[in-house]
Amino acid sequence: MTASLQTVNMPGVRPRGGGHDRAPVRRGLGRPLGYVAAVIVIIAMLAPVAFIIIGGFRTNSEITTDPSGWPSVWNIGNYLDVLTGGIFWQEVLNSVIAGAATTAGVVVLGLMASYVLARYRFRGRGALYAIFAAGLMFPMTVAITPLYILVKNLGLMNSLGGVILPQIAFALPTTIIILVPFLRAIPDEIQEAAFIDGCSRLGFFWRMVVPLAMPGVITVGILAFIASWNSYLLPLFILNNEATFTLPLGVQAFSSQYSVDTAKVLAFTSLSMIPALLFFAFFERRIVGGLTGAVKG
Amino acid sequence: MLQTQVSSSDETDTPADLADREARRATGTLPPPPSPVRARGGVWGARAEIALLVGPALIVFLAFVIFPIVMAAYYGFFSWQGYGVPTEFVGFRNYLTIIQDPTFHDALRHNAIIVVLSLVLQGPVAILLALLLNQKLRGQSIIRVLIFVPYVISEVVVGTGWSLMLQTNGAVNGLLEKVGLESFTQDWLSNPDIAIWTLMAIITWKYIGFAVILFLAGLQGIPEELSEAAAIDGASYWQIQRSITLPLLAPTLRIWAFLSIIGALQLFDLVYIIWGQYVSATAGTSTMATYLVTNGRNAGSYGFGNAVAVVLFLISLVVALIYQRFVLRRDTDGALTGKAGR
Repeated sequence: MTASLQTVNMPGVRPRGGGHDRAPVRRGLGRPLGYVAAVIVIIAMLAPVAFIIIGGFRTNSEITTDPSGWPSVWNIGNYLDVLTGGIFWQEVLNSVIAGAATTAGVVVLGLMASYVLARYRFRGRGALYAIFAAGLMFPMTVAITPLYILVKNLGLMNSLGGVILPQIAFALPTTIIILVPFLRAIPDEIQEAAFIDGCSRLGFFWRMVVPLAMPGVITVGILAFIASWNSYLLPLFILNNEATFTLPLGVQAFSSQYSVDTAKVLAFTSLSMIPALLFFAFFERRIVGGLTGAVKG
Repeated sequence: MLQTQVSSSDETDTPADLADREARRATGTLPPPPSPVRARGGVWGARAEIALLVGPALIVFLAFVIFPIVMAAYYGFFSWQGYGVPTEFVGFRNYLTIIQDPTFHDALRHNAIIVVLSLVLQGPVAILLALLLNQKLRGQSIIRVLIFVPYVISEVVVGTGWSLMLQTNGAVNGLLEKVGLESFTQDWLSNPDIAIWTLMAIITWKYIGFAVILFLAGLQGIPEELSEAAAIDGASYWQIQRSITLPLLAPTLRIWAFLSIIGALQLFDLVYIIWGQYVSATAGTSTMATYLVTNGRNAGSYGFGNAVAVVLFLISLVVALIYQRFVLRRDTDGALTGKAGR
């Protein structure tokens, strides 16, 4: 931007046409407008989030008399109540276990399968890839009832395993589609050099492919974790016992159980979104970068 | 995820795709395939490796994705309460019930409205925002993170927060009264004339960040030299956007639209959390997916629920195929997909 502005602002290069001054080349609509847009959008995006967080610091009578005001006194009682109650931490733990296990499963299974699809040549490879890719056409909504029955028959009802296994399966298509081009991009020279040095294909996988694929692995891992952290429909069907609830189910149960205690519901809700927000803030570059890579190919 | 249409067309070896790939390889837009590597340990060793590496993923995928889908199609032909093996075969009766049920027609109509409004509301705003933000701004990465925040927050949190704010005595009406716009206060959630627009506002808020980030990524792939050259030739800012930026952004727009349409057809969480299973129908926000859960599992009619799932799937599939055939088709030899096959 800076560079292009300088070039175009040089006297001789300045475009002339139509008899009046032309604006210099801009990639956007101009910075002041850009800032105005950014401020408006950020306010619009954050106001509801701020309402939830700030509301947790208010009292119920305040919320009833003036639903959109500031707290007269910032009281942390609601937050302390939630944080000292056992339910919240139990649900955080369940969500962490489900998220971590889903992510680990997706990454391990997805990486192994993608490696074969990217670097082995064999009959039926295209068909195999097509089967996995077709998985994108099958949303979990469509399969939810048979999935529930399958999980029930496997004896996994009310256990996190009953959520984790289907989540891994449904995350595989995205993972494989992101990882295959990534692994294919590893130069053949590296592979040949490794083989000449006496590395087996499996050895090459562990020593070279896994480290080299790390950026792609992190992207798919984050996507899988956030999807699992926020997932609602599957836990709704599988987990009926409050001790096994993940946070989304917990938020819903809490808000119907304490429907008169709005401030406490708001405190619970804002605490439950903090982990995902921190996680996202920490890995933002990876996520956005991963999307960029996917769009640009 | 975004590469699906693209990569899958590279991988499934239909003759058309093969020809297409050869054409692109000839024009240099597709890199050569990885050279075959020498198999160590012979054919059987290689096969064992393949089985070992793909096996686990394939088993989990077949067991928890493909098998349930196939079973959904099977259960859909039974009247079944979910206990034991389904025995009461009813043929197409479930499907007939669905097709004749006015509640399902409503849900389908709501889905159609949501599909169209998602495109119409989010598309132009997101393009404009992406153009505005596609320049060096102070705090650029912070801005991007903040725009993306609603997308990362779970549907349950979004639903709980918004339903509290939108109650008749909630924060939205409170704010309107405070700034002197009492006449605009509404029963945002239960008024059937308003509820679908409320839903659209929440959907836009939640998902527009995804569109903006996607478009920003697309814009960054457009070489700056093109607009510079056009400016030197005397093109105005809007001419440049219309004739250069938008056409080059089109592949990204088409992929976003595809994801948006499929997502809108399968919308469940937000509606179910905010309106619940009974209110959504009277408020005019029910969708095919909420109809599925309400009349399937919640009513104890598992056979019927599966038939609804099949209908939902077939509608999504038809829409996806039509879209792919007539809209994404251009991308198979477009700038976006040329690089994707590496």
